Amino acid sequence: MKELCVEKLRVAIADREIVRGLSLRVPRGEVHALMGPNGSGKSTLAKVLAGHPDYQVTAGKVMMDGENLLELDPDERARRGLFMAFQYPSEIPGVTIANFLRAAVQSRLPEGEELEATDYYAKLYEKMELLGMDRSFTSRAVNEGFSGGEKKRAEILQLAMLEPKYAVLDETDSGLDIDALKTVAHGVNSLRSPDLGVLLITHYQRLLNYIVPDYVHVMVAGRIVRSGRKELALELEERGYDWARDEAAEPALR
Amino acid sequence: MKTETSAVDINRNIGDFAYPEVHVRDAGAGLSERTIHYISDVKEDPDWVREFRLRGLKTFLEKPLPTHWASKDLEAIDFDKIRYYLSPGTTAKRSWDEVPEDIKRTFERLGIPEQERKFLAGVEAQFDSEAVYSNIKKAVGEQGVIFVGSTEGLKNHPEIFRKWFGKVIPIADNKFSALNSAVFSGGSFIYVPPGVKVKHPLQAYFRINAENFGQFERTLIIADEGSEVTYMEGCTAPKFNTPTLHSAVVELVALKGAKIQYITVQNWSSNVFNLVTKRGLAHENAEVKWIDCNIGSRLTMKYPGVIMKGRKARGEVLSIALANDGQHQDTGAKMIHAADETTSNIISKSISIGKGRATYRGLVHVPKHLKNCKNNTECDALLINSTSRTDTYPAITVRGTGNAVQHEASVSQVSAEQIFYMQQRGLSEAQAMSLSVNGFVNDLVRQFPMEYSVELKRLIELEMEGSVG
Repeated sequence: MKELCVEKLRVAIADREIVRGLSLRVPRGEVHALMGPNGSGKSTLAKVLAGHPDYQVTAGKVMMDGENLLELDPDERARRGLFMAFQYPSEIPGVTIANFLRAAVQSRLPEGEELEATDYYAKLYEKMELLGMDRSFTSRAVNEGFSGGEKKRAEILQLAMLEPKYAVLDETDSGLDIDALKTVAHGVNSLRSPDLGVLLITHYQRLLNYIVPDYVHVMVAGRIVRSGRKELALELEERGYDWARDEAAEPALR
Repeated sequence: MKTETSAVDINRNIGDFAYPEVHVRDAGAGLSERTIHYISDVKEDPDWVREFRLRGLKTFLEKPLPTHWASKDLEAIDFDKIRYYLSPGTTAKRSWDEVPEDIKRTFERLGIPEQERKFLAGVEAQFDSEAVYSNIKKAVGEQGVIFVGSTEGLKNHPEIFRKWFGKVIPIADNKFSALNSAVFSGGSFIYVPPGVKVKHPLQAYFRINAENFGQFERTLIIADEGSEVTYMEGCTAPKFNTPTLHSAVVELVALKGAKIQYITVQNWSSNVFNLVTKRGLAHENAEVKWIDCNIGSRLTMKYPGVIMKGRKARGEVLSIALANDGQHQDTGAKMIHAADETTSNIISKSISIGKGRATYRGLVHVPKHLKNCKNNTECDALLINSTSRTDTYPAITVRGTGNAVQHEASVSQVSAEQIFYMQQRGLSEAQAMSLSVNGFVNDLVRQFPMEYSVELKRLIELEMEGSVG
């Protein structure tokens, strides 16, 4: 089955349980929004999927196209096709976006195979054009001195270049003004395809006006309490998370 | 393992081999007047050199180790166990074909003859105490450029050699310059006539092959008025179980309007004590630039300096030090302003890995009577692990008015979040580390000749691979 599948996942950090038996399926070709109030465990879930070493998985499974992700190092997960757009991407002083992405693309090639520089740059410029980015952007050091909008656009450019099977977008809309939000949304929309499954993590409904999801899940206190079609997001907007929280005691819907 | 050769071989593993010793001349272990006479006899020194050596010995014995500020590790050097002179008993050859087979194989493994063909104007190869090969391209020689070993220099060109030898760095400058003055052998002598600009670099390669040995080369470079020259040195030694001592003295003289660029890429094995004194004298409108990459060794103490003696002279030190587990890179720069309108620039970057320790010591001196002098100092340290260590000791003395000094220092650490971010893009932990380190030194490395920057990048990758476990 071509899907990213999370089953009864439990995650703790320093003895505090943050994800409490969460289940979720994101098939390829679909966009799933994961919404929830602050502290519900959304970002923790994203980091656990990517393999962040600070979090401890105490129970449950995560499978990507039938393969157990939890056994893999973060870089192996990435090379097998999992991408995460960070809420707070790190700066890498002195390393240009072009060189960083080149190393990342190179890491996906079989041992002994060298990336052809001209092919690489041709592809890079093609993707930048698609995302409406200026070429000079790639000669800047990764995230160093970037505005919030630039950081998020750099994340989307990386997503475009690395062509993952599944992308987890962690609060990609946070800190963006409406123009930046539109640019980023346009980028994500242009990358939608039957080969890509997207998990879109967001606090606000706003982003979903621009990236329309196939499904919406609501996460409260470490579990998914409601799932539905895109209309659920609007309902949530109207009634607030408290309404969803009241449902938290009930079994999660799918 | 790649075996391709490049500018200077700084692959840590490629240098780790040794052939059986073939030395005909061996001064034996320990240091006394007898040692000096042995060396002087073998080298057929002129009397003034023999006397110079004896004065060096006396000063060396009188001076204490600089233990009040330097690493206590210096006490681990047993001067009685070191052999101060070892040579195959032949003179430096002009052709690789004439170089003894074992020695030639060593340099072939290090890729030296190949580089000479590719991009160098001249090469000298030193094996333990003596140069075994020395050659300069015909066209460069015809311009009047002299590029020979120090022994040949002092014998065949005494009129230039003697005038400057020991003048930039006197015998008593420090204990190790005194030691070098006593037992020096090998190193280069270069003279560039007025107005001659040597287009391609001259290169020397220093190789230690013998155990319990000290290498004491002595280099003197004189760039006459308006001339320009770039000199590059590379160094390796195998990993022996006992400490090895490398204690060179390098003197540069840039006469009016001349430019000297001196590039070092050392890749010593981790048992080498590397205690080197390097200084340049810049006359009016002249420029001395040190590019110094310190990788490997157990302890390196090296502070290249420039004395700006003439108006508008310029001094520059760009250095990178990489201290891995069990290593201490104690490096820095000295800028002595001795004329008006002189400018100096120091950019130092150090990387400490594991339990490695990097120390920056900087001295900037501008006396009261000078006008319009400028110094810029930037020293940045990068710590890879929580056990890594860095220290900065800047000593800046600027008196008088109308002089400007700027000092910036930073310490940064490769964070776990940064590494995770890079891993999430598919890089292994080691690749992520080395990319971070390369980014850290990037703006400096861009100023290096291409052949060196490529090698340096490769070396950093190798160092990082070993440090992640």
